[in-house]
Amino acid sequence: MAGVHVSTTVNGDDVEFVCPGSESLLDVLRNRLGLTGAKEGCGTGDCGACSVTVDGQLVCACLMLGAEVEGRQVQTVEGMAQGDQLHPLQRQFIENAALQCGICTPGFLMAAKALLDRNPDPTETEIRYALAGNLCRCTGYDKIVRAVSATAKELSQEATTKGSKKR
Amino acid sequence: MANAKGSAFLLAGGTDLLVRMKSGAIDPELIVDIKRIPATQAITKTASGFKIGAGVPCAQLGRDAALVKAWPGVVEAANLIGSDQVQGRCTVAGNLCNASPAADSVPAMVAARAKAAIVGAGGRRSVAVEKVVTGPGRTSLEKGEFIEAIVLPTPAPKSGDAYLRFTPRTEMDIAVCSAAVNLTLGPKGVVTAARVVLGAVAPTVVLVPAAAKAIIGSTLDDDALANLAAACEAACAPIDDKRGTVEFRTEVAGVLARRAAKLAYERAGGK
Repeated sequence: MAGVHVSTTVNGDDVEFVCPGSESLLDVLRNRLGLTGAKEGCGTGDCGACSVTVDGQLVCACLMLGAEVEGRQVQTVEGMAQGDQLHPLQRQFIENAALQCGICTPGFLMAAKALLDRNPDPTETEIRYALAGNLCRCTGYDKIVRAVSATAKELSQEATTKGSKKR
Repeated sequence: MANAKGSAFLLAGGTDLLVRMKSGAIDPELIVDIKRIPATQAITKTASGFKIGAGVPCAQLGRDAALVKAWPGVVEAANLIGSDQVQGRCTVAGNLCNASPAADSVPAMVAARAKAAIVGAGGRRSVAVEKVVTGPGRTSLEKGEFIEAIVLPTPAPKSGDAYLRFTPRTEMDIAVCSAAVNLTLGPKGVVTAARVVLGAVAPTVVLVPAAAKAIIGSTLDDDALANLAAACEAACAPIDDKRGTVEFRTEVAGVLARRAAKLAYERAGGK
């Protein structure tokens, strides 16, 4: 299949690449743009390890073609921290030991961020439903759910003490 | 697409197409992404109902308040497909074209009397959703034809629909069997019209007129519900596999149909 030229925005940066029309967004991110945060677990949309957002919508990068992101806004786990400052979710994952091998973690972080962006105060059930598309074979999920819950609490306290500041 | 030398595929959500490419089942020469065509991205309220563009992700159905109000069963079925990640991409037109007997949105669409708006080199045609799938992975679409939208009618006054499925896991699973019911009430809560559809119990979803007949004229009393379940069981011809035996799928189909009928009845305003 012929190469497709794509201009897009990844983590706020303008990016251009050429890829075969059949190449997945995941392969583009990892092999052409050097963004290896998103992982290939299954390649079939079952594990969520390749979760990224496109125009704010959480998707599996393995289920999209690179050519589809022309003119879109792509966000990956690499764009979560601001310089040396970890995103509160990243910090809470560490503090709650919500990871062991770490392969699933970038996907969980992106899915959890998408959840908190639309629902800042989720119940445990809502967290578990929202993360149902992400598989983890190490933690048993409890620590991940606790980390997301703690982040929601932290962000809401921050919002009350600092006015309506949003991260 | 007509001029493509090899196989040409249309890309909507891509949640089935990319998996098939990955597995090597298909190796497209040409892929045409339809999502940049504005009409494919819209849910349009028309005088006769709703038109859901072929590129509309299922998550968007759940955010459309008017659609949720009119066809809660269709929306709940569409929103059961996959994860949040998959919901952001997958479409009901694609769910239909993938032609799985266990497709979640299809029984609900059939119950709702949905039509597929089909376009091809020979022009346009409108086909009842139950006429699109002919067997597992097979459709009645001609070469060069594709679905541009799914069209749902405006529900009759005092109508309700519902979809239920059985899966071992709550989320991220494929229906072992499923049931959709769409019914309309007359005076005193008597069912005047009904459509009962089963999924994953035959090579295609099954519309069960005998089950509808069992509840039409009733107020969904226990006898009517028992007759509904019996008619559903009689319509089952499921496969026997590790996910569910023939006996299990058959019995659960009746149970789900009964529960879906009760839910649809409540939604129609019946007590």
